[in-house]
Amino acid sequence: MRQPRAKTATRVRRQPSVLEARQAAPLAITNGAGAAGDRLGVRKTYKLYIGGQFPRTESGRAYEVFDARGRPLANACRATRKDIRDAVRAARTALQEWSAKTAFNRSQVLYRIAELMEGRRDQFVAEVRTAEGVGSRRATRLVDAAIDRWVWYAGWADKFTQVIGTVNPVAGSYFNFSVPEPTGVVGIIAPEGSSLLGLVSRLAPAVVSGNCAVVIASESRPLPAVTLTEVLATSDVPGGVVNLITGLRRELVQHLAGHMDVNALDAFGLDPAQGAAIEELAVENVKRLVRPPSGGADAIDWLSDRAQSPYMIGEFTETKTVWHPIGS
Amino acid sequence: MTLTKKPSASPAPASWGLAAGGKVPWEYAAAPETTDHITIRREYGLFIGNEFTPSRPKATFEVINPATEEPLTRVAKASRADVNRAVATARRAYSTTWSRLPGTERAKYLYRIARIMQERSREFAVVETMNSGKPIKESRDVDVPLAAAHFFYYAGWADKLDYAFPGRQPRPLGVAAQVIPWNFPLLMLAWKIAPALACGNTVILKPASTTPLSAYLFADVVRQAELPPGVVNIITGPGEIGMELVKHPDVNKVAFTGSTAVGKMIGRALAGSRKKLTLELGGKAANIVFDDAPLDQAIEGIINGIYFNQGEVCCAGSRLFVQESVYEPLLDKLKARLGTLRVGDPLDKNTDVGAINSAGQLAKVQELVQSGIEEGAEIFQPDCELPTRGYFFRPTLFTGVSQSHRIAQEEIFGPVLSVLTFRTPEEAVEKANNTPYGLSAGVWTEKGSLIFKMIAAMRAGVVWANTFNRFDPTSPFGGYKESGYGREGGLHGLAAYLDLSPAGSNGR
Repeated sequence: MRQPRAKTATRVRRQPSVLEARQAAPLAITNGAGAAGDRLGVRKTYKLYIGGQFPRTESGRAYEVFDARGRPLANACRATRKDIRDAVRAARTALQEWSAKTAFNRSQVLYRIAELMEGRRDQFVAEVRTAEGVGSRRATRLVDAAIDRWVWYAGWADKFTQVIGTVNPVAGSYFNFSVPEPTGVVGIIAPEGSSLLGLVSRLAPAVVSGNCAVVIASESRPLPAVTLTEVLATSDVPGGVVNLITGLRRELVQHLAGHMDVNALDAFGLDPAQGAAIEELAVENVKRLVRPPSGGADAIDWLSDRAQSPYMIGEFTETKTVWHPIGS
Repeated sequence: MTLTKKPSASPAPASWGLAAGGKVPWEYAAAPETTDHITIRREYGLFIGNEFTPSRPKATFEVINPATEEPLTRVAKASRADVNRAVATARRAYSTTWSRLPGTERAKYLYRIARIMQERSREFAVVETMNSGKPIKESRDVDVPLAAAHFFYYAGWADKLDYAFPGRQPRPLGVAAQVIPWNFPLLMLAWKIAPALACGNTVILKPASTTPLSAYLFADVVRQAELPPGVVNIITGPGEIGMELVKHPDVNKVAFTGSTAVGKMIGRALAGSRKKLTLELGGKAANIVFDDAPLDQAIEGIINGIYFNQGEVCCAGSRLFVQESVYEPLLDKLKARLGTLRVGDPLDKNTDVGAINSAGQLAKVQELVQSGIEEGAEIFQPDCELPTRGYFFRPTLFTGVSQSHRIAQEEIFGPVLSVLTFRTPEEAVEKANNTPYGLSAGVWTEKGSLIFKMIAAMRAGVVWANTFNRFDPTSPFGGYKESGYGREGGLHGLAAYLDLSPAGSNGR
């Protein structure tokens, strides 16, 4: 397995990390249960999600995550290249089972994600509110839209093939058709700002067709994504179909982009200024690439209908054309 | 232009009922296609703004006939200034005429082109064969008719784009830079130019430096069709000029067909730009024959799969996987059939295998064949005579090939077949997919359910079942994995030349 040369890897422009952006401060705010009355709250350990398991990063490192006002929230795993590799291996392993499921089955599995998110709706609203610093009404809209987005894409599982597949009237005695197939392992750099809805909007179209995903969560707002993995783990999504990595982008993105067993890279959530260096890495094994929008992902209105499309499913599919003679 | 060649006697297939080891009881007389109706100018300038103009500073390079090694003509060698001139001309044509023309009018221009190509088909076929080395029966019956059909097909899309992508309002991209290879010079031109123009883009095409002639003949078709100046521009030069072209900041779309290595160079050069890129790169196709396959049909498919166009085909069936139980009978038939292939003068209507396109490519084929011998595979070549001049290579097959051999891993782009075996469908899938490429694959069996199992399992963009190397303008073509991305042909081929982002979304 070829890895990018160190020289190329360091060409990614260094971005100030959350760690550097703020001075370390004691964990003033608990996550999870509040410290009401005499009772001390029980905090959650935020871990990675790889192959259906919740490992800590192999590096044993963490970074501190703050809320939108700069108050410490929790420690998140500061994952490494090794964690990325483990996640890619888990995704590759899960690919066979997931891509072989019937479209109807994948449809139900995605719908089930929406069902379980609905059950944790209040938790997601609270987390999105804290992470993104929005009011409760806005947070509720964002979470509801994220849940509805799963439902929307669940419905596409057994329909997009009929929209983007074709039967081709060739000039000869052959039956000829073209069908979309999943590209394989898709690396996703989640939008930095929209911690949950942005992530779901990029993840759902990738996995609905049968791809498996390795996601690098928002660096500054990773916690709602980690909670989403808890939903995925208890829904019917096979382990390894979605893998989530948290950490510092400057330590992670180039390893996902340059990994030779990743077939496609959704760089939508990448800082456009970093686009060129990452794209060069992705070329090494001719990855399918979705570039960051010119204004950056954070300029996207994720609540809009434009943030969802069957053509986004198509971006992570391959068209297979089949010929067979007609005759006796 | 005719090559004199001593016809050679070949061993006859057993099915002909001759004595074992018997020779074919007849000889072929020479049947050369006439060239007296062909006019090749002594020199061609760059085709920019519907005029042939010399490069600035003026420089030319020689173009030869690979079957005779004799010069055919000289063509202009473009400079960076010429690239700028061509892009500026294409941009002007895009903004002042072509993008403003109603689809119905664009369609009629493309229909005109298709018709003129049909009218001048034999001229195209002869020129293509003289410049590329491919047999006249292939240029005449495959390359030229398919190229014309491509224009005819995409002509009809030009005024129907609103129906192609539900929920989207397609818009042209602008100026397209298109770089094509030497194996199908005219057909690749058609695959590139027809959809680009139908979608409302203007183009600058750079043919391969060894095969520019049919493109410059096409320029004359553009003139006859009275296309607005600057809509189609053709420039010639070495690979570096192609790179200058795709890197030009005023180019909106890049389409490349060629090697994976060059495709990656282009990908890196375009990193960080907003240019739309489609790549059609190399391949190492598996052609899988099960024991219940109709063997005689399969033999024809295997031969067509790897010896069509001297094997200089990105989707060539260069790895043959044979189920062990039919290995021996199939190999006997295959070797006998190989002996009946006629290698020689590409202009001879009986020729099956013509000339390799260039001395460089011939050297590459020879080097890889040598590696096959050195790595321990067993070589078989029919006993046929080759012309004394020109770049010819005997149709070759290797047995005893293992997965790790270079001839089983690397794209040879020559008439060289590697034969491997398998026992179960699962083993065939495992071996067939064991390559970074994923352009095409073939499956031969009478069992329908097995065909669909194999079709689904092949990581390849085109799968031929009980046939091979079929092409059609309506049928999307392109690769998985390192064979590239994007599709050419059919409805899918339109997407490569359109901005399909939702209106007002600034590219998304």
